[in-house]
Amino acid sequence: MRSEILLIILGMAVVTYSTRVGALVLFRFTGIPSWLEVWLKHVPTAILTALIIPAIILPKGAIDLSLSNHYLLAGLTTGLTAYLSRNVLASIGLGLLVMLSLKWFGV
Amino acid sequence: MNVAQQLQEINRDKLSKDFWNAVADSLPIMLGVVPFGITYGVMGIAIGLSLWEILLMSLLVFAGAAQFVTISMLGAGITSFGVIVFTTLLVNLRHLIMGASLAPRMIKEPMWLQGILTFGLTDEAYVLVINKIQKSGYSVSYHLGATLALYVVWAAATLVGATFTNYIPDPLEWGLDFAIPATFLVMLIPRLKDFVSWIVFSTAALVSVAGFLYLPGKWYIILACIIASVIGGLIERNGKNAQ
Repeated sequence: MRSEILLIILGMAVVTYSTRVGALVLFRFTGIPSWLEVWLKHVPTAILTALIIPAIILPKGAIDLSLSNHYLLAGLTTGLTAYLSRNVLASIGLGLLVMLSLKWFGV
Repeated sequence: MNVAQQLQEINRDKLSKDFWNAVADSLPIMLGVVPFGITYGVMGIAIGLSLWEILLMSLLVFAGAAQFVTISMLGAGITSFGVIVFTTLLVNLRHLIMGASLAPRMIKEPMWLQGILTFGLTDEAYVLVINKIQKSGYSVSYHLGATLALYVVWAAATLVGATFTNYIPDPLEWGLDFAIPATFLVMLIPRLKDFVSWIVFSTAALVSVAGFLYLPGKWYIILACIIASVIGGLIERNGKNAQ
């Protein structure tokens, strides 16, 4: 293993861990401020949205609301199934089925 | 109190059940994680890293997006320690928010567990844990199960990609990567149950798409998260004052 690559990997590991443990270390000293808890309440919904929407609206980096956007069609399938059935496996399964069939048939 | 005593205090059956539930819940996400891990391994070999360098990065850094960015930079001839490490910091800054979001639940756990769980705080682990919190409350063994399952699968997929480079046709063309947003979507839908949550969703959707187009790296997640959740908090507080 080359030492400069090893050094880069270690550096990456240290900064990555610091972002993950940072809030907990800080709160250990300060406690969790109450104004922050109100804000933190909505963080899960916001992060989920920010992880999902760009992935299905701009899978190739540009906004694509056309029928040729497989991620959008599969995403709508999953979303609708989840809304109607609340069934995890059916929702993911149907979405994947749409995704893979569109790829398979080269639509 | 030592570690063994702390463990004894927790009901063993519950512990093991939550752990395996987490492993089961992470299976659909793994379907999407595996093609990314394989691609990372294939790309690592392609730009001239050794199998051990590729695997060590997955084991010590365990951050898919940052690992991809680093591979791309190395491939483009950018080998500066400072540039790569600083970029990694920026790409992973979103985990600071996720850490803050889970902190109220984790802070009561033993230090060594907090150490392990924060090490494995990926987007996927975070999402699995908040989903569990919403359904039936925080469970540290669930958190541990999700973290370990994702860690093992990420390392294994990396290893497969870097080992069988020549036999694998582009895994991201398979379409399986859709399993990740699909799983997240199934977790998001039950959260959209009142006016405030729809506002948070709409704001985050708009800001993340705009940010994705105009901001570098993963800033779209950070910006969307801050703006949308602050707006959510403000609406909620005003609503309470009005009552």
